Amino acid sequence: MDNYPALIVVTPLLAALFAGLAAWIEERLSYPIALFGLAVSVFSAFKVLMQVIDSGTIHYRLAGWAPPMGIEYRIDLLNAMVLLLISSIAFLNLVASFKSVDQETNDRAGSFFTIYLLFVTGLLGVTATGDLFNLYVLIEITSLTSYAMVALGDRDRGPIASLNYVFIGVIGASFYLLGVGYLYMQTGSLNMVDVANILQGHQGSSTVLVAFILCMIGIWIKMALFPMHVWLPNAYSYSPVAFSRVVAPLMTKVMVYVMIRLMITVFGFDYIFVTLHLSEAVVWLSTIAILAGGVMALAQKNLKKMLTYIIVCEIGYMVGGAWMGNQLGMTGAILHILNDALMTFALFLAVGNMVYKINKVDLIDLKGLFGKMPWTMAGFVLAAFSIIGVPPTCGFFSKWYLILGALEKGAYHFAVALIISSLICAVLFFKVFEICFFEPMSHGHGESHGPVAIEEAPVSMLIISGLVSLSLIIVGLYSGTIVNTVILPFLK
Amino acid sequence: MKLLGFIVVCLTGALLLYGTGEFPDWGDPHSPASLHLSNYYIEKAVEETQVPNLVTAVLADYRGFDTMFETAVIFCAGLACFLLLRDFQEKKERFYRHTPTGIILHVKDAKKTLTVGREFEHMDKEWVPSDLIIKTVCRILIPFIQIFALYVVAHGDFSPGGGFQGGVIFGSSLILLAISYDLKTLVRRVKEKVLGIFAAVGVLIYVGIAAICMPMGGNFLDYSKLAPLIPGDPHHIRALGMLGVEIGVGIAVMAVMAIIYINIVSEGRHDEGL
Amino acid sequence: MTDLLALIVAKYNYWLYVILMMIGLYAMIAKTNLIKKLVGMNIFQTAIILFYVSIGYKTNATIPIIKNAHDAHGAVIHAADYINPLPHVLMLTAIVVSVATFGVAMALAVRIYQRYQTLEEDELRMRLSEE
Repeated sequence: MDNYPALIVVTPLLAALFAGLAAWIEERLSYPIALFGLAVSVFSAFKVLMQVIDSGTIHYRLAGWAPPMGIEYRIDLLNAMVLLLISSIAFLNLVASFKSVDQETNDRAGSFFTIYLLFVTGLLGVTATGDLFNLYVLIEITSLTSYAMVALGDRDRGPIASLNYVFIGVIGASFYLLGVGYLYMQTGSLNMVDVANILQGHQGSSTVLVAFILCMIGIWIKMALFPMHVWLPNAYSYSPVAFSRVVAPLMTKVMVYVMIRLMITVFGFDYIFVTLHLSEAVVWLSTIAILAGGVMALAQKNLKKMLTYIIVCEIGYMVGGAWMGNQLGMTGAILHILNDALMTFALFLAVGNMVYKINKVDLIDLKGLFGKMPWTMAGFVLAAFSIIGVPPTCGFFSKWYLILGALEKGAYHFAVALIISSLICAVLFFKVFEICFFEPMSHGHGESHGPVAIEEAPVSMLIISGLVSLSLIIVGLYSGTIVNTVILPFLK
Repeated sequence: MKLLGFIVVCLTGALLLYGTGEFPDWGDPHSPASLHLSNYYIEKAVEETQVPNLVTAVLADYRGFDTMFETAVIFCAGLACFLLLRDFQEKKERFYRHTPTGIILHVKDAKKTLTVGREFEHMDKEWVPSDLIIKTVCRILIPFIQIFALYVVAHGDFSPGGGFQGGVIFGSSLILLAISYDLKTLVRRVKEKVLGIFAAVGVLIYVGIAAICMPMGGNFLDYSKLAPLIPGDPHHIRALGMLGVEIGVGIAVMAVMAIIYINIVSEGRHDEGL
Repeated sequence: MTDLLALIVAKYNYWLYVILMMIGLYAMIAKTNLIKKLVGMNIFQTAIILFYVSIGYKTNATIPIIKNAHDAHGAVIHAADYINPLPHVLMLTAIVVSVATFGVAMALAVRIYQRYQTLEEDELRMRLSEE
């Protein structure tokens, strides 16, 4: 059946609408409907990836019209990998959220699952599409649902964090829309491949230059590249746990995918690196982003905020790698999309287990946690090693490619920043480990004498957390296979 | 902050204006934007889809996938307003008004409920007496506004109009009822559960029509494959498919306009506001 | 200088909309009242919509609804007689998205007011740093 590309995006949308109906009629049905929708989506994404590896790029015409008259889904290797990543992380997160959603949304679980599924639909649609304006509409679905979800978290600070996110997000999306407008002005078409063909003859035009700058700035605002990252820490820390577990790994990485897609498919390598010479400026910017993210993470007293600043740091790796201009750097950036999503997901799963049991994750509240929640902490330790970049976890391999790419290009400042940030992350995480392992139990946990009572998180959350942490090692060991089957053929 | 804002705005404005240097003149029929795709739409759309209104033809057929997600966006907005603001708590104090004399009773303890006769009406602290002229005029106007909204939806293929426009007009007729009488009248007539179900059903009609095309052998949203299901001239099947999705869009937009208004104006309590 | 003036006069619609966009952007960044920021956001997005719609205009052309479509089958339709329908379609979507974002932002402003009884950003910052 060759309707799998449409099924990946449409099944979560249908499941969202049925869950929305069920929320008014029979609330207990929303969760099974959501699970079923995401399971079908994961299956379709897997089939599509296998098909693309076997037979090449899939062109799926929506409404039956040929591009550029209609919208088409153009699924190649990069797309297919990111689609599988998004749907699997969303599905695993939904399985792990069953217990915590009731605790956090006071009886509106049905509507929560509806908005969650719409958010995942938006992400999947952003990845699969081959049309510039369709990309804008789907970015707006993702943003709108995330504005709503962020405000549902912390009662006091959630709405303020969300309103700041709204303002900055609208500026970013509108800049992207203006960029598409300038491109349309010059080419008359909205399909990515068609625009790329027409742009071959317009390389020196000022309109195309301004369109490129506007699109890039819009996407950088959405992916929280320093200095436009100010919305990220507040928005991700004050959102409900079930949502921050899926938005932190996925949203910024999908925007990195959009940037790579615009760079490679629409504007083309020659235009960006030969005609424009912007590579060095952007690599310097990402070096500053890495160092700033690391330093700000050191100053934080809350575990969740610390992790969000680490996300800012990781975005610096990916942008620098993509703008390096050689194949090694781009390979590192694409591999890091996969690895960083998994690492961040594992970290936030562990944090979610902690929040479920102790409700606040300021660093002082974590005392003696290793004795009380050993399995959770094991997952956390593994994810932390992956962020620091210890082999054989996956974080080491993508950093390796990025450093090689930087050395080949001669961008030594970037390689030095990568190494310094690994050291900063090591310092950060060992500080956390010290508090968790060695500090004595604080009185706030309710027991001061007697044997340590293990208050572990529920089994369902533990299984998912363990599964994802193990996958960090598995993906690390298979990095070579992934690079050779998926990334290098894409970059040819 | 103001200085930083001013600098950013000047830089962005200069960048945008620099980009307009190579734009074609305003109204130039030979600009690239007016040649490549739009010529195809203007010349071929009527014979391929049988719909004279080109904007509807492109919106609901060629780029129908965008429109489906746009309907999902408006559904998200309604759902988000409901989730963020809706407050199901009971009120603490009650007011009753004796209609013949105008005396107001203020009952401070919500647990003591007064069994009131027909002469007493339950009112709220922000109650404002509504004007008889406004009530009567709006009562006459509202059904005509609703018929006009249905006309705009149905005639979207031949004249300016379509699902969004008609849905907004219908939604505004409901808001007119809330403004001219009071919010309680609207909430009594159109219950919250009905609005929520309508919003989801509207988008479901759109996605359902699009999804049915897949088992019939076509791609997603390919209306031409629906011909065996609908009796009548198979030549017009695309126009009929477009009409179906526009109806879905109209229902969803109407429900969401009402949901957003009711929740924002009453701060989620659905009692009184404006 | 006359070059620049001729340039501006030929494309004055784009210049006008860019200036409007910048007014909206300035309001979003520099004002401290949340409702004024929301109004600035609306002005910014509306200016972008106007910018796009003005791309599609053709001199001496009429609205994109084919006249007498069902009577004269096979009559030739000249593209220069009708304005470009594609920007209108794109902007229908953009208008709906901007309305939806505005609705959600209003709901957030109402929540903030319910909790803090103020809508000024500096007062909110003071309250937050006290807690």
